[in-house]
Amino acid sequence: MPEQLAFTIEVFLNGLMAGVLYALVALGFVLIYKASGIFNYAQGVMALFAALTLVGIMEGQVPFAHLINAILGTDVHHFGWHVPAFLAIGLTMVVMIVLAYLVQRFVFRYLVGQEPIILFMATIGLAYFMEGVGDLMWGSEIKTLDVGLPQGINIAIDETTYGWFGYGFFIDNLDIVAAIIAILLVTGLVLFAQYTKQGRAMRAVADDHQAALSVGVSLNFIWILVWSLAGFVALVAGIMWGAKSGVQFSLSLIALKALPVLMLGGFTSIPGAIVGGLIIGVGEKLFEFLIGAPFLGGATENWFAYMLALIFLVFRPQGLFGEKIIERV
Amino acid sequence: MRVTDMTTEYTTADGRRIGGTVMEMKNITLRFGGVEAIKNISFDIREGEIRAIIGPNGAGKSSMLNVISGFYVPQDGEVWYKGAPRPPMKPFEVAQQGIARTFQNIALFEGMSVLDNVMTGRLTHMKTGLFAQSIWKGKAEQEETENREVAERIIDFLEIQAIRKTPVARLPYGLKKRVELARALAAEPTILLLDEPMAGMNVEEKEDMSRFILDVNDEFGTTIALIEHDMGVVMDLSDRVVVMDYGKKIGDGTPDEVRNNQDVIDAYLGVSHD
Ligand SMILES: Nc1ncnc2c1ncn2[C@@H]1O[C@H](COP(=O)(O)OP(=O)(O)O)[C@@H](O)[C@H]1O
Ligand SMILES: [Mg+2]
Repeated sequence: MPEQLAFTIEVFLNGLMAGVLYALVALGFVLIYKASGIFNYAQGVMALFAALTLVGIMEGQVPFAHLINAILGTDVHHFGWHVPAFLAIGLTMVVMIVLAYLVQRFVFRYLVGQEPIILFMATIGLAYFMEGVGDLMWGSEIKTLDVGLPQGINIAIDETTYGWFGYGFFIDNLDIVAAIIAILLVTGLVLFAQYTKQGRAMRAVADDHQAALSVGVSLNFIWILVWSLAGFVALVAGIMWGAKSGVQFSLSLIALKALPVLMLGGFTSIPGAIVGGLIIGVGEKLFEFLIGAPFLGGATENWFAYMLALIFLVFRPQGLFGEKIIERV
Repeated sequence: MRVTDMTTEYTTADGRRIGGTVMEMKNITLRFGGVEAIKNISFDIREGEIRAIIGPNGAGKSSMLNVISGFYVPQDGEVWYKGAPRPPMKPFEVAQQGIARTFQNIALFEGMSVLDNVMTGRLTHMKTGLFAQSIWKGKAEQEETENREVAERIIDFLEIQAIRKTPVARLPYGLKKRVELARALAAEPTILLLDEPMAGMNVEEKEDMSRFILDVNDEFGTTIALIEHDMGVVMDLSDRVVVMDYGKKIGDGTPDEVRNNQDVIDAYLGVSHD
């Protein structure tokens, strides 16, 4: 077995793992876009916000500590307790649901029927607003997030591949766990959409607002629901990214990587978001390894995804799975 | 005796029982900017009857249906339902109260199969919430089975078994109208509102649709309010007719009464608004 091939396979697998995260963020986009036609630029910031909140709750941080201290002249920072991870995750989810409600109640309720570009601008505003609130609530230092997920090289894979290729693959346990969680999450979402009352109502709203109303579905409720689901997906993505690279404000930048993912997968397709995420993840890692590093001086991961998306835009603008765009004349 | 004056139950010539008033529109006025689409109109709908609203294009018929189903909010007037004035309601709340409808321009879930479309008509009957559904599987499954049975029964009734699994987007216009009726019926509504159920159909399709409307009313006892543009079609179908023209009510009564009403004759024959 030539070494180059073994390296390539390892890079491929690591690309898949990176792709899982892109796929998750893209999934959050698709959920909201399908149900409301809103392209939610804030999806990445939601992941950041969720991760910040999770760390804050786990460590017993006092929210808005700076603000409180500045106004009251106090010096409080911590409650002095630690909250176990599972409970903190539950509480963070509650915060994300409240956020979903507030976003619908105070922003998008007033924008029903507006042009997509206006809705988009609103989400840009929302993104920066949330980033600011996150900063104000929890501070801007880089934090470590440890919810007890296994980390470090997977020995079993290392040894097995060493036996096969004479070269042990480095696959992080965290990535494996992330992939499993992502698979469970997507399966759960699909089952939810297919078989529950709310899932059916969600699909109805995604298909036709007027018809959905006529069968007794509250659009408002469904929109809060999809923002909550997107918040949940953001939380999962935030946990994974945070565990891997620490919770920092650059987390919101992964949202931008979801854009090329969506151009590949189509904005309305859940399978598209998954496959698109994996293709971008694998594509950018392989490209860097095979072409970027040896010939182009490296750092191609910064732009490869966008270039791939651009090629797709030219040849298949609806994405891999998106509905075909037919011009009505 | 004029049927419109009756307040008690009666039986029609073909043996259907017509009950008391289930819905009453009281002095409804609806404006769009300067346009008065509905001008101070009142009429009632009785339990078990087929009530038609007819009139030339632009008379305000669809607007009236939209007021009943909560899509439009009138500037003036009250809607009484089951003996009480109805507070302002969103369309989804009206649907939850047992009022189902179809649209003049068909509003189906194009991405879903016929069966899935009809199943959405059951949404108002799905009681089990998300939480119960995930922990109490047995009950959720039983409910699902019951809803499936109702949907399948209606699919059989409207003779669309052959296209159960077909995506709605692929169906011809006439069948889409029928699927939309199936979805509305799946809600087992107290009142069924049909906006031009026969528009755009060929003669044969119109006959089928008329038969289905009569059968629905006869077999399920469903109260039906329907809009028709074409006066001829509606006369054989309905028990009572409201005639609208330029947003005003110009006639109200049995088909025979309406047919002989001079204002109605003028509206249809004298001046064409199309
Ligand atoms: N959503 C709306 N916005 C503005 N005008 C409307 C709207 N709906 C109906 N109208 C106007 O109200 C009048 C009655 O329309 P409509 O109820 O559709 O009549 P019909 O169903 O009898 O053909 C028309 O003049 C129409 O242009
Ligand atoms: Mg109309």
